[in-house]
Amino acid sequence: MPASYFPAPAEYLRVLPEIVLTLFGVAILFFEAVLSEARKRIFPPLAAAGLGAALAGSILAYGSPGAAFHGMILVDGFATFFRVLVIVVGLLAVFASSEYLRRENHPGGEFYALILFSVAGQSVMASANELIVIFIGLEISSIASYILAGYLRDDPRNSEAALKYFLLGSFATAFLLYGVAWIYGLTGSTNLEAIRRALSGGGAPPLMLTGAAAALMFVGFGFKISAAPFQIWAPDVYQGAPAPVSAFLSVGPKAAAFAILIRTYQTAFGPVAGDWQPLVWACALATMVVGNFAAIQQSNIKRMLAYSSIAHAGYVLIAVAAASQIGAAAAMFYLAAYAFTNFGAFAVVTHVARKGERYVKIDDFAGLAQRQPAMAAMLTIFLLSLIGVPLTGGFCGKFYIFKAALDSNLVWLTVLGLLNSAVAAYYYLRVLVVMYMKDADGPAEPLPAAGTGMKLAVYGSAAATLLLGIFPGLVLEFASRAALK
Amino acid sequence: MTLLDAVLFLPLIGFAALLLIPKQSSRGAALILSLLVFIVSLGLIGPYWFANPSGYVFTTDAVWINSPPIRYHVGLDGLSLWLVLLTTLLTPISVAVSWKYIDHRVKEFYAFLMLLEFGLIGVFVALDLFLFYVFWEICLVPMYFLIGIWGHERRIYAAVKFFLYTMAGSVLMLAAIIYLYNRAGTFDYVAILSQIETGRLAFPPRVEMLLFLAFFVSFAIKVPLFPLHTWLPDAHVEAPTAGSVMLASVMLKMGTYGLLRYCVPLFPDAARSSAPWVAALAITGIIYGALVALVQPNMKKLVAYSSVSHLGFVVLGIFSFTQQGLDGAVYQMLNHGISTGALFILVGYLYERRHSLEIAAYGGVATPAPNLSAVFLITTLASIGLPSLNNFVGEYLVLQGAAAAHFTWTAFAALGVILSACYMLWLYQRAFFGKASEGVAHHVYDLTGREWAAIVPLIALMVWMGTFTQSFLPPIRAQNARILESARRLKTERVQNLVPEAIRAR
Repeated sequence: MPASYFPAPAEYLRVLPEIVLTLFGVAILFFEAVLSEARKRIFPPLAAAGLGAALAGSILAYGSPGAAFHGMILVDGFATFFRVLVIVVGLLAVFASSEYLRRENHPGGEFYALILFSVAGQSVMASANELIVIFIGLEISSIASYILAGYLRDDPRNSEAALKYFLLGSFATAFLLYGVAWIYGLTGSTNLEAIRRALSGGGAPPLMLTGAAAALMFVGFGFKISAAPFQIWAPDVYQGAPAPVSAFLSVGPKAAAFAILIRTYQTAFGPVAGDWQPLVWACALATMVVGNFAAIQQSNIKRMLAYSSIAHAGYVLIAVAAASQIGAAAAMFYLAAYAFTNFGAFAVVTHVARKGERYVKIDDFAGLAQRQPAMAAMLTIFLLSLIGVPLTGGFCGKFYIFKAALDSNLVWLTVLGLLNSAVAAYYYLRVLVVMYMKDADGPAEPLPAAGTGMKLAVYGSAAATLLLGIFPGLVLEFASRAALK
Repeated sequence: MTLLDAVLFLPLIGFAALLLIPKQSSRGAALILSLLVFIVSLGLIGPYWFANPSGYVFTTDAVWINSPPIRYHVGLDGLSLWLVLLTTLLTPISVAVSWKYIDHRVKEFYAFLMLLEFGLIGVFVALDLFLFYVFWEICLVPMYFLIGIWGHERRIYAAVKFFLYTMAGSVLMLAAIIYLYNRAGTFDYVAILSQIETGRLAFPPRVEMLLFLAFFVSFAIKVPLFPLHTWLPDAHVEAPTAGSVMLASVMLKMGTYGLLRYCVPLFPDAARSSAPWVAALAITGIIYGALVALVQPNMKKLVAYSSVSHLGFVVLGIFSFTQQGLDGAVYQMLNHGISTGALFILVGYLYERRHSLEIAAYGGVATPAPNLSAVFLITTLASIGLPSLNNFVGEYLVLQGAAAAHFTWTAFAALGVILSACYMLWLYQRAFFGKASEGVAHHVYDLTGREWAAIVPLIALMVWMGTFTQSFLPPIRAQNARILESARRLKTERVQNLVPEAIRAR
């Protein structure tokens, strides 16, 4: 059809968030070069404005849902949910880092541009309906993330984190690409719907080959969501990267990676769900166990949160293993609740770490409850949510995940997951113990009050965590409608 | 908005208010707020004053979360009525006993106490399984902080142990609750119960037993039932006085309440078939707790182990499946709340004077503090079950109910009554009689006005509940009859259903 050679205006509308994010990112890079030092304070508000515009754009795009660019992009409820989520995470990251970057004497515009590019990549992942587009989105997001992880180039911890992340990440992406190639060879298409049609029905390729392709792709996805046994990079990267970047990496790219994992496996590999379910089952269990039991050992809070975020990926994998619409909705809700909770926790860590991130031991939180009771209270909310105490988003998320798992008759996985979450309580409680119950023998260096941006990020995350815990219906109902069949 | 909603949410408002007001006025504000809650809660007796309503009163049933349908469904019946009142009575008393005892981070202390009251009341009035679980878990958080921040030397160990034990138990309950929902299509307790009673919802015996165990283990940890009791002595000994009082008097009742409200009516067959095992554990707990209490050099630990023993009676009563047994169990829940609460308060008084919990540090307290000694004696006698004081009624009913079920149970359980006299009277003799040592004579003074005010209501209730049981028993009895009815009805139906199968098998 020659008419479709030129995309219709509605198709541009459907990629509006990505366009906006890219334009703002490029604009920031341009201004970075031409503006005087004094004027560079506008970058954080500019980046926030860009993200706000992208947020509006993704809602506008949802106004005319459908496929675009020959079915490469699909704007539906699922895509919009994840677009909004990653954009909001980007906003939080901008709020939390402006103060941090000034503190570390690196207030460059390129940081914000990279955040915007990374979010743009994640947004592409959220709406991708095609394996090549998934790969492109993943690469846009990842390359920006690699640089962000090493942003403070004078700090050897940063360089180490960036190098590890880059090397292992590229390796994993190669697996993904190899899997994509296999699938193309087997089905003659990279479109998820077309693959689904090819896999169901009579002429389906041998299960051995499809399975091998799916497994190769799972390596790529598993790396991005830090699922065991592909989780090894996560603790080193989260520990070494600048704290607000760790906050960003532990939620945004992870949510987007789960989006493509769920979409690929539920749409393209839906017909062979029974065959990949056991794989995800085992991976979920291993991820929870590795994350939780390693987190117990940690004395560095960034590393502990890194292992905890591995464990949380395990819980979400339970929902993926359920391979149902309820499971997808539960995973979506959990990722939203987890995003605010974990980001908030990392933001408080950023704040307490002080200049040069010298105070990132759990023991450095001693007496925080007396010094800055508000910050301690916020961290308490985040930790209780990570434990899964009712009235926090973390609890509702766990509840929906285990409900979905029981719906799909995954009784053992549910029981093991619940027991895992009881084990996890131990290491989160340790932080509470140090903050509230140890005498104020923390570092003597004074802890300056949090600035406006940091307060916005922390209080906003806490409010969202409680809101999702007390009125989960607001988000869950949208997720249930938007979840893939 | 009913009176019950007001009683439930006032403490939550109090929690928020205490966080906002300045530090200096927090003690007074906490006392006024908790007294206000108590006075309002007295209104809950209203419907039970002249009549004995069947079913729930003060119900509110509103949508909380749309999908899955989770409702804010609360109501009061004869079982929860007195437990709510026990909670609202002991909260102001806990505030009063903490007046001098808590001297740092005062504001947070009272805030957590109010949050705890909110959670506890919620547990007793929730009629939606999800809501119940929410309140059940909420209780954990303030108690964790109460023990961990204001406790004694090993407070952190005790607080973490307390949290992890309860958490490990309750996650299994959560799995069972979700499973029930997936089968019944609702979290509503009343609806699920009626589905089970009418046989519309039935489980294969193995599944029923697993569900029963998931609930049971979680409750048994809380009770605590031997051998899951090991968190309790630590938590009690390390907690501040108010924490010990709320823990012993109210929080342990969450476990026995859960057994009676959920385990028995929802899974009657499994409950009945496991009754011998549970009774054996309960009796072991009664005797073991008493024997360990006998040799404790630490007063708080002694009272803690006596709780293990006393709560064994409650569990024994519940699993006797007789009217008297259940009545005695519920009555004993209240009695234990009052007399053990009073014991912890009095031990706290002694600690405030002498700064030691070791029995050996005392002796001859009766000389410098005759009033304190007299009050302690009354509480001691109540605790060992002297007729005309409250514990006698409960223990008697439990033993009678147990005897109707299995006489041997009674024979062993009665040993616990004798042993309780041994450890309590011996404690009293060592601490209060004899010649007062220098330290005791120097430091121990008699009760102050504030201390009198905190203990007198409890002493009065010991006498009242021991002599005028009719003021308290009728609502309990009616509710227990309903519980037994729903547990029994199913059994007969099952038997009828089973007969043709048995014939077919032949």
